[in-house]
Amino acid sequence: MSNFSAQRVRAETPEFLRVINDHPLTYLDSAASSLPPRAVIEAMSRYYELRHANVHRGVYQTANEATDAYEGARATIARFINAPGGADEIVFTKNATESFNLLAKSWGLANLGRGDVVLISEMEHHANIVPWFQLREVTGVEVRFLKVTDDYRLDLSTLDEDLAGVKLLSITGMSNVLGTINPVRELADAAHRHGALVAMDAAQSVAHAGLDVTALDVDFAAFSGHKMLGPTGIGVFWTRQEILAAMPPFLGGGGMIADVRTDGYRPATGPSKFEAGTPPIAEAVGLGTAARYLESLGLDHVVAHETALTADALTRLAHHFAGRVHVIGPATTQARGGVISLDVEGVHAHDVAQVLDEFGVCVRPGHHCAKPLMRRFGLAATARASFGPYSLTADTDVLIEALEHAVKLFG
Amino acid sequence: MSNLDDLYREIILDHYRSPRNRGQLATPPAHRVEGFNPLCGDEITIDLLVDDGVLVDLKLSGQGCSISQASSSLMSVAVKGKSRDDVRHAIASFKEMMLRHESALSDDESKNQVARLRELGEIAALQGVVKFPVRIKCATLAWNTLAQGLDELAL
Repeated sequence: MSNFSAQRVRAETPEFLRVINDHPLTYLDSAASSLPPRAVIEAMSRYYELRHANVHRGVYQTANEATDAYEGARATIARFINAPGGADEIVFTKNATESFNLLAKSWGLANLGRGDVVLISEMEHHANIVPWFQLREVTGVEVRFLKVTDDYRLDLSTLDEDLAGVKLLSITGMSNVLGTINPVRELADAAHRHGALVAMDAAQSVAHAGLDVTALDVDFAAFSGHKMLGPTGIGVFWTRQEILAAMPPFLGGGGMIADVRTDGYRPATGPSKFEAGTPPIAEAVGLGTAARYLESLGLDHVVAHETALTADALTRLAHHFAGRVHVIGPATTQARGGVISLDVEGVHAHDVAQVLDEFGVCVRPGHHCAKPLMRRFGLAATARASFGPYSLTADTDVLIEALEHAVKLFG
Repeated sequence: MSNLDDLYREIILDHYRSPRNRGQLATPPAHRVEGFNPLCGDEITIDLLVDDGVLVDLKLSGQGCSISQASSSLMSVAVKGKSRDDVRHAIASFKEMMLRHESALSDDESKNQVARLRELGEIAALQGVVKFPVRIKCATLAWNTLAQGLDELAL
């Protein structure tokens, strides 16, 4: 029996105390950034109040506590994503974007040259596109795109041909625009049959569809703390231990070395090799707390809750605005998460979002850092509403009321 | 809804629904200039036909939100047929109107601003945009693009 309660999550999330334009906050922008619960904020405060010191250096008590807190977060994340090799496979970065840059500029530079192919898709976030174009400029690697079908799914009809010559398939687990959840295990199996490795952009899926890197059988994963109820400024790069050991260092400096002399340096081993400089310690503590918080809610319950909200919202939007408001994404919750991109006929997404703000409704207008996907569907911008574990059907009520106002205002 | 009413004045909605001077001119003789707002994807193309220091005609194309579309439409009406100096003056006045003032204006500054707004005529309907900082770039896109076009023409 589930004891998950979205009402309780909301009560534990301080930002919901805000009043915007005389309305309570209707936060529908969790796909951009989720709201942290009080537990996360307090864990970071406690760290700064009681045990802040630099990690991996001092011999004094608080320095040991800081190191334990930081390394404890690494172990928590390893458990949270079921990393087969444990904490030694978890590299802390700034965000998923930095994780992709680490992948492209370390592993990619060493392994992807002229004649090789990296296969991505039209529904990728710029974070999983631009680093590959940058690598192409340096090594001449080919960047190939899987197409997206008219019903907002990856076109897998020619997957075997698309995988020819591919050394890396780098694919999102869940589109931040469409809500589409991709069949990552099936894709990983196909890619492995062709001898390719598989990287997964888990930024959207980690807190809304779950992430089990062992079950999905991927080789790399990247995600951000702030999209899973954690703080900004911290992200995760995961890969299997043997791949990590073979990857050349990325950023250079303190903390990532075994030895430095006047004639050169030797890099550290393990995740440290990729964590140059003082890391985001408080943020790691916050991220570890967020992962434990999600575990305490039960991610299955979170996913079920958000799926129910999405099904309800899709039905009601279709009913209220037939022909006037188009959902840019799958029409049912089959392999679909709680991201609902809206195209309102005759009303630009910025104007939609502006009117919604008047009702205290937070949605995101724009291209969502996925311009190839927007071009694919001939759109400049959509207004995107997205759910989190604290979302309620009452949020959809306000969304619909505000959308009605926007449609009326612009005639 | 008082905030929204300040932003979406009737004249703005009118120019959004029925934009003036839409289309394209043959280039040459017209000069084409393009502007982009990379954050929101708004795009504008302005074709400028200049003769003897006078902006004889201009046509606009592209896409964007109501504020960027209305601002470009209002701009086109205000500057069409005007001399180089008048066009430059209108751009300067508009950009002045879009500046956010950190502190209250002095009496003289206020009077000055009121005078300049009167000069701008219908365009003054856009002054409500200043209250919405993220929308200022929507309102200024067309004007910055026009200024860029004048620069390219060395006007």
